[in-house]
Amino acid sequence: MKKRRKLGRGVAIVGAGMSKFGMFRDKNSKDLFTEAFNEMVASVEKGMDIQSIDALYLGNFSNDFFMHQSHWGPIISDLIGIAPKPATRTEGACASSAMAFREGVFAIASGFYDMVLVGGVEEMSKRTTEEVAEGLALATVPYEGQAGFTFPGVFGAIATAYFKKYGATREHLMNVTIKSHSNAPLNPKAQFKSTIKDMMNSKRESLKKKGVPEPEWRDEKDFLRDPGVNPPVAWPMHLYDCCPISDGASCMLLVAEEIAKNFTDDPIYVVGLGQGSGRGLHACEDLTYFEATRYAAEEAYGLSGLKPEDIQFAEVHDCFSIAEILHMEDLGFFKAGQGYKAVEEGLTRLDGPKPINTSGGLKCKGHPVGATGISQLYEVWTQLRGKAGQRQVPIKDLRIGGAHNLGGTGGTCTFTILERR
Amino acid sequence: MTEARPFSDISYEKYLSEDKLMGSRCKECESLFVPPRPICIKCRSSNMEWVQMKGTGQLVAFTCISVGPPFMVAEGYNRKNPYCSGVVELSEGPRVDARIEGVDAKRPETISVGMPLKVRFLHRGEGENGRTYLAFEAM
Repeated sequence: MKKRRKLGRGVAIVGAGMSKFGMFRDKNSKDLFTEAFNEMVASVEKGMDIQSIDALYLGNFSNDFFMHQSHWGPIISDLIGIAPKPATRTEGACASSAMAFREGVFAIASGFYDMVLVGGVEEMSKRTTEEVAEGLALATVPYEGQAGFTFPGVFGAIATAYFKKYGATREHLMNVTIKSHSNAPLNPKAQFKSTIKDMMNSKRESLKKKGVPEPEWRDEKDFLRDPGVNPPVAWPMHLYDCCPISDGASCMLLVAEEIAKNFTDDPIYVVGLGQGSGRGLHACEDLTYFEATRYAAEEAYGLSGLKPEDIQFAEVHDCFSIAEILHMEDLGFFKAGQGYKAVEEGLTRLDGPKPINTSGGLKCKGHPVGATGISQLYEVWTQLRGKAGQRQVPIKDLRIGGAHNLGGTGGTCTFTILERR
Repeated sequence: MTEARPFSDISYEKYLSEDKLMGSRCKECESLFVPPRPICIKCRSSNMEWVQMKGTGQLVAFTCISVGPPFMVAEGYNRKNPYCSGVVELSEGPRVDARIEGVDAKRPETISVGMPLKVRFLHRGEGENGRTYLAFEAM
């Protein structure tokens, strides 16, 4: 029953911006979006007229809950001075802004608009950890919430199913955490910028100063095994398996392919686009993959004519360490049950054959949920243009990258493929 | 078994409050759904009937949660006293999300995927505020 998808006309990214991600007491959603927007405007090499933006698509999960303020589309369109141009909010939990991106692409591909701003924003850190957990849990399936599941709990349960089926252990998940933390110091916008080794050493120093007997951590894994520094949140998910609470914003300027060169000599083209929807945990026959990701991947590969091996690097939705492994398998980068081995062998490191989450991922870069999808695409765009500085993927002739975004317990999954020509 | 109750979450919860784990079965293709579905996702028929589950099954995935939502914290669960939630495959085939009782959530290594379980209905609160949570416990 598979339909071959196609876009009515090509769409290109000619500018992008992203605020720093972190916990900001003194910045609100408007401040964060302003930061991302100003960077986007400055990134358009041949300049742009803000008044030429035809419409805004904005991803936001739940500022309604976090900030007691809803209806963010017009707040942002007014902020950047494009009102009364239309503003549309998209909501797909943690995949909200990948959906905004997709709607923006459709709007241009249909011929309706020529220039569209797509973005995302979320402001979470002004709530307590318990309140944030409650807010995020609004995106679970109702039966999960009643059974006491939290988001770390959902992914903890998925991990036990994966461990049972493929023989992986918690030790393998630590490889994901260590890898993400080794990329993060190279990303100036990341919320956490330390390697696990640096954290271990500074913790050792601080304990020494307090006169506490020095812990016997031989290496990073030893450090992560210590429940004193890495307590369980929802076993087997521990603190260092989980992404943080973050504030942030991201945006991109999309234009019709035929006018892209008016803005930059180096547009990045949207070649693959996919989205799927999923069921709750109870309705999955197998908990070791996400049906919605597989569907999204098939759609994106079908549209682009590309295969998993053509994707040179990718950002995937590592809200929890186990998630990164599942997504890499669902996207076809590695066979089912092989993802954890690939991480162990270093295949997904920045200098490996398939770099994954060069930004540090959600784990280190941060996860302001509504902003995440477009921040992942921002990383792919930056890498493809060769502007990622110290974390630049060292593959020669970098041309094709992907971004995978997941919302809820796999309820909304997207996969987007970008190309440099 | 056939009753006039609609195949809804509200009916499902009402049955739980009566200590019954109920699902809906498609009369056209015999697919079984727990919790009940009003529309069969296999053949798209809306011709359903209620079926009661035996209440036995096995654990297919679980987690021991240290940082829980407010209603679990209110029951006394916290970092020092974690609780277990899991996915249970019923003997009849469908899977349900449930609280897992009678296990030591402080020692997750003692809990295992595949362990046999039987249903238990946890009644909390009274009257208007009363509700029943689906749980399974180790046999």
